[in-house]
Amino acid sequence: MIALLKIIEAENLKKQYNGFTAVDGVNFHIKRGEIFGFLGPNGAGKTTTINMLTGLAHITAGSVKLMGEDYTRNAIKAQALMGIVPDESNLYEELDGRENLCFCGALYGMDKKQREKRADELLEQFGLQEAASKPFKAYSKGMKRKLTIAAGLIHEPEILFLDEPTTGIDVAFARQIRSLITNLHKKGTTIFLTTHYIEEAERLCERIAFIVQGRIVREGTVVELMQETQGENIINFILGGDFSAVQTEFKNSFPDYNIISGKNNSVSIQSPASFSLLPLVKFFEERSLPVFEAKIVHPSLEEVFVNVTGIELQKLQNEQSTRTGPGQKGGI
Amino acid sequence: MKPWIAFFNILMKDMRSYYLKPPNISWGLIFPVAWTLMFFLRSPVAVEVRDLLPGVMALSILFGTTSMLAVTITFERKSRSFERLLLAPISLNLLMLAKTSGAIMFGIINAFVPVIFAAILTNLSGINWLMVLASVVLIAITSTFLGLFIAVSVTQVFEAQTFSNFFRFPMLFLCGLFIPLADLPSFIRPVSYALPLTYGADILKTAVSQNGVIAVPLNFLALLLFSGFLFAYSIYNVNRKWIL
Repeated sequence: MIALLKIIEAENLKKQYNGFTAVDGVNFHIKRGEIFGFLGPNGAGKTTTINMLTGLAHITAGSVKLMGEDYTRNAIKAQALMGIVPDESNLYEELDGRENLCFCGALYGMDKKQREKRADELLEQFGLQEAASKPFKAYSKGMKRKLTIAAGLIHEPEILFLDEPTTGIDVAFARQIRSLITNLHKKGTTIFLTTHYIEEAERLCERIAFIVQGRIVREGTVVELMQETQGENIINFILGGDFSAVQTEFKNSFPDYNIISGKNNSVSIQSPASFSLLPLVKFFEERSLPVFEAKIVHPSLEEVFVNVTGIELQKLQNEQSTRTGPGQKGGI
Repeated sequence: MKPWIAFFNILMKDMRSYYLKPPNISWGLIFPVAWTLMFFLRSPVAVEVRDLLPGVMALSILFGTTSMLAVTITFERKSRSFERLLLAPISLNLLMLAKTSGAIMFGIINAFVPVIFAAILTNLSGINWLMVLASVVLIAITSTFLGLFIAVSVTQVFEAQTFSNFFRFPMLFLCGLFIPLADLPSFIRPVSYALPLTYGADILKTAVSQNGVIAVPLNFLALLLFSGFLFAYSIYNVNRKWIL
């Protein structure tokens, strides 16, 4: 019975390319009806893991099961039960929206009537009825992403794989897509979501696994992961000068405090469980750095990720700026 | 799951998206006319249309199928839409057969365009049409699988074109259409026998003018072996290179 609750089970999944280990013995399972988030920086092994789970990459070692049935060596049967939405919209430019959906339905053996009916349902559900007869190449980026998600759902799969669904699209479309994902979840669709937007994962996922350099370094519900930083606080200061000038002195004066980020006049400091704001303010004031703002915040999933993975926030932010679409926040 | 629905729809989509596009239809018409004219203009003696027919048919198939398939598959790989097909719950063999069927049909249709022109210009009685049809189908299959072999060996569309010519031009000159096999230097002849078009063109010569030089069953066997090898090797390469 417990096995039936697990849609996907991955055991010691490993992928090597020409001696390079892209995924190194990962273990996880996805429960029926949940949104499982797979979080990690670029090159962590997220897409390689999806490719192995969906049959687009051979598995070097380990095994994968779909509803208890092993499909490590032959994914065809399992593929019929999966919907896959890649990180780039890859529908056919020359076909219109409806034709694209119908063609995708045909790939899953749906007969003509069945796929036409389902295509119309999805076009309505995704708000694309008016664009149904426009060629895919005429769609905006956000519309393309929506139709690509709809194509992944055409055959009503048991599990939907969403690879970076909101990367590179504007805020409005990203919000619409998140809302669509929430609605799908409410209807009982199991979703495997990879993303490098921590806020997105925090908002959408029930369970999350952090993957770094091909290894899962932590897995649990958002609440479980957040417990790791209980008792810690983050203090965000806006100063009247550049923090970097006093950074070393600060470290020496407050060894129990951890500087998360310090750029120009903005600094984030992780404090111990018990602390007083006054000595910190005094420290800055004495060094001609007036404190304009001091805000105490509880650690977010982003801080948990930083703590767990040991990845420097600055590095993550750099990565975010290279991949984030306009208006996106909270990327890693 | 009904795999034939996927097969049929992939074939229909390719026909609509690639093979039945006006530029390809005009290619199918212009190409054989251009070849026929070239033979007429270059030949110092009077040329019989009937004697040209096997060569023009074979070259129409070869150029039509290899160009189309190598380019369309490489293009779909580049746009990542091919990934969608690889993720469909159908076997790789069936998928590649669906992708190649359109090109095979395009090759067969291309082959009969010069026959229509020839029928207007000369008397085509006495031709073994059954043998013509069988050889056209087999040449189309072999050439298409050669196109598939090229498509899985390259990553860019321009590479597909260049690599296609690496196979097509030696075949053009060494398959016995321009120069009879017996007149080729003895050290080149083994190369001719290693080219699939040599056998296809020879069957067509036998069927049209009864002047083939290789036994017909041997020609058919050779084409079947080439087809089998090219398809199997392409599938092996897809598995190795595209399903990482």
